[in-house]
Amino acid sequence: MAKGESVAGTDIPPGGFVQLLTPDGERIDSVTAADGTTYSVDFTDEEYRELYRDLVTVRRLDTEAVALQRQGELGIWASLLGQEAAQVGSGRALRPQDMAFPTYREHGVLYCRGIDPIMPFGLFRGVDQGGWDANEFKFNQYTIVIGSQTLHATGYAMGVTMDGKTGSADGEAVIAYFGDGATSQGEVNEAFVWSGVFNSPIVFFCQNNQYAISEPLERQTRVPLYQRAGGYGFPGIRVDGNDVLATFAVTRAALDNARNGQGPTLIEAYTYRMGAHTSSDDPTRYRISSEVESWKAKDPISRLRAFLSKQKIAKKDFFAEVDETANKKALDLRERVLAMPDPEPVTLFDHVYPNGSPELDAQRDAFTRYQASFEGSGH
Amino acid sequence: MITLGKALNHGLRRAMEDDPKVVIMGEDVGKLGGVFRITDALQKDFGENRVIDTPLAEAGIVGTAVGLAIRGFRPVCEIQFDGFVFPAYNQIVAQVAKMHYRSKGKLRLPITIRIPFGGGIGAVEHHSESPEAYFAHTAGLKVVTCSNPADAYTMIQQAIASDDPVIFFEPKRRYWEKGEVDLDAPLSGAFPLHSARVARPGSDATLLAYGPMVRVALDAASAAAEDGRELEVIDLRSLSPIDYPVLFESVRRTGRAVVVHEAPGNVGLGAEIAARITEECFYSLEAPVLRVTGYDIPYPAARVEEEYLPDLDRVLDAVDRSFGW
Ligand SMILES: Cc1ncc(C[n+]2csc(CCOP(=O)(O)OP(=O)(O)O)c2C)c(N)n1
Repeated sequence: MAKGESVAGTDIPPGGFVQLLTPDGERIDSVTAADGTTYSVDFTDEEYRELYRDLVTVRRLDTEAVALQRQGELGIWASLLGQEAAQVGSGRALRPQDMAFPTYREHGVLYCRGIDPIMPFGLFRGVDQGGWDANEFKFNQYTIVIGSQTLHATGYAMGVTMDGKTGSADGEAVIAYFGDGATSQGEVNEAFVWSGVFNSPIVFFCQNNQYAISEPLERQTRVPLYQRAGGYGFPGIRVDGNDVLATFAVTRAALDNARNGQGPTLIEAYTYRMGAHTSSDDPTRYRISSEVESWKAKDPISRLRAFLSKQKIAKKDFFAEVDETANKKALDLRERVLAMPDPEPVTLFDHVYPNGSPELDAQRDAFTRYQASFEGSGH
Repeated sequence: MITLGKALNHGLRRAMEDDPKVVIMGEDVGKLGGVFRITDALQKDFGENRVIDTPLAEAGIVGTAVGLAIRGFRPVCEIQFDGFVFPAYNQIVAQVAKMHYRSKGKLRLPITIRIPFGGGIGAVEHHSESPEAYFAHTAGLKVVTCSNPADAYTMIQQAIASDDPVIFFEPKRRYWEKGEVDLDAPLSGAFPLHSARVARPGSDATLLAYGPMVRVALDAASAAAEDGRELEVIDLRSLSPIDYPVLFESVRRTGRAVVVHEAPGNVGLGAEIAARITEECFYSLEAPVLRVTGYDIPYPAARVEEEYLPDLDRVLDAVDRSFGW
């Protein structure tokens, strides 16, 4: 499929993928896929440096979250470690008007949307269930039930078409994130069917991180995931998900196709989850350390850093400054997470129905009276 | 005089005229007008973008409605038959019902999910079920059902206009029953969607029914009147929330209550209603609250469905038991 095929030997999956930056930090100018599409990027030095900053920052924030979880400050955390390039590459390819539908792991995409990184912490700390305004940020709430959000994205994309916001270079596009495990869900397949049938302006962005909790890819599929798209009548493409340049190029092209009225694309970002599935998981039970080591060699950050150094786009002091700034952000985040208050108990009853419910109002009143009965009674 | 089915059709039409964001989606709702013709001619008049023939995928119908609602549309989903709502069950209970809560009120999902429900039409399996309790148990959803053309016309418009997600159960065996409907009545002057209705006043016992069983209860009350018993019939209309004040007022007055529904009795709405009445009206009761329901079996084959469905005799028998207490 891609010229990249010859680059790193056994590291490349059968069928190849689009790669613009090798694990050693060598830049591949452009890659022409089997369907004739040519992928490339044309970044200024400043843009390269900012991409690097994004990668480092989202990793550093994630590391802080893992630490907070270990210290008992978060109930659970789904780490993005290893998937930074897939998330930053695709996230930076989005335009302000595009709408994203994430799972529970897309902290990097969230960051790229310009959203305060504290937002998902309410969910993981257990003080709320998300609670941000999807429309304000053009980034839907996290979705825990695997695959459900792909249908929401599909419906939203139908709405974009109905609003007449496709068919031009500045139209709107929608991106739906999901994992390799999700591709087994009926709802994801329904989302593919619908989007194909309605030619909706949507990009399905699958981060194939090789595992669904403990189950390897082979438990979900016998064919490479990107090849499924053909059966639904739209293109599928695989990209090196640890290569932020390629991920950006492929996603931008797919989003542009969507906004131009050319319909959906399935992108399989071939990557690896370096940490545990969530903080509740023990990955040593189902994968061997040599596998993890082999993926470490493909790290998305070190390869971009190697490239920046070789090309003299950035020097030591830049890297140090990035680390330091990211560190500050992480410590600031930590403080704010620790300061997140528990909600008032009576808010339990809020927002069940937009206009309330007499039954629920009665329950809230009873609850309030019951709580008040303890006040001043020594409890 | 128009049928309940036609009243729904008029109600849908008016909702679409009133609000350009209302879209209807489902299997066969377009050219065919739905298998029961409830959406008859709507696609012809409003176009394929507003009356959408969808792929045959119930999770897709409801799941994409979520996205459309986030986008600012007001989707009305048709599930073809009661027994086929389960593929969409995940989207309804895990997404539709919870998204407003989860988003701390930032997202509203004004989605109406229409489901023709109940038996009595001689259908094959999966076409006659009463799954209302599954939905009434889920916070975040409103669950309603109509029993006559006038209510059908009003309630479908109210459901669509409501910012709550509404599961709208249509009593399919009453689709062809006729009644007076004022098609010009302004929605603003109508009863609130969650309100119960005294379908027939009476003083000796209260029959509580909804949807297809309201007709059965009314027939039972007529028959009882010949024996000198005046039964009050209450049409619940809303199953979540239930308009309890109306129920309590009636039962305190009559001292006797019988709940009637087609769904199996086990963990059904009748159990909930009986418990609530017992809690609130204990000292007014002359007898325990009784239930007349379907049996705790899968909906049976059509040739024996009359044995399953509560009928006039079973209702009257329960009334007798109440008086015999
Ligand atoms: C419908 C559903 N079933 C099971 C789960 C429990 N669960 C949470 S994450 C997960 C694995 C998901 O794997 P994948 O889609 O590959 O995404 P990843 O977490 O690897 O990014 C499972 C089984 C769930 N959240 N939803």
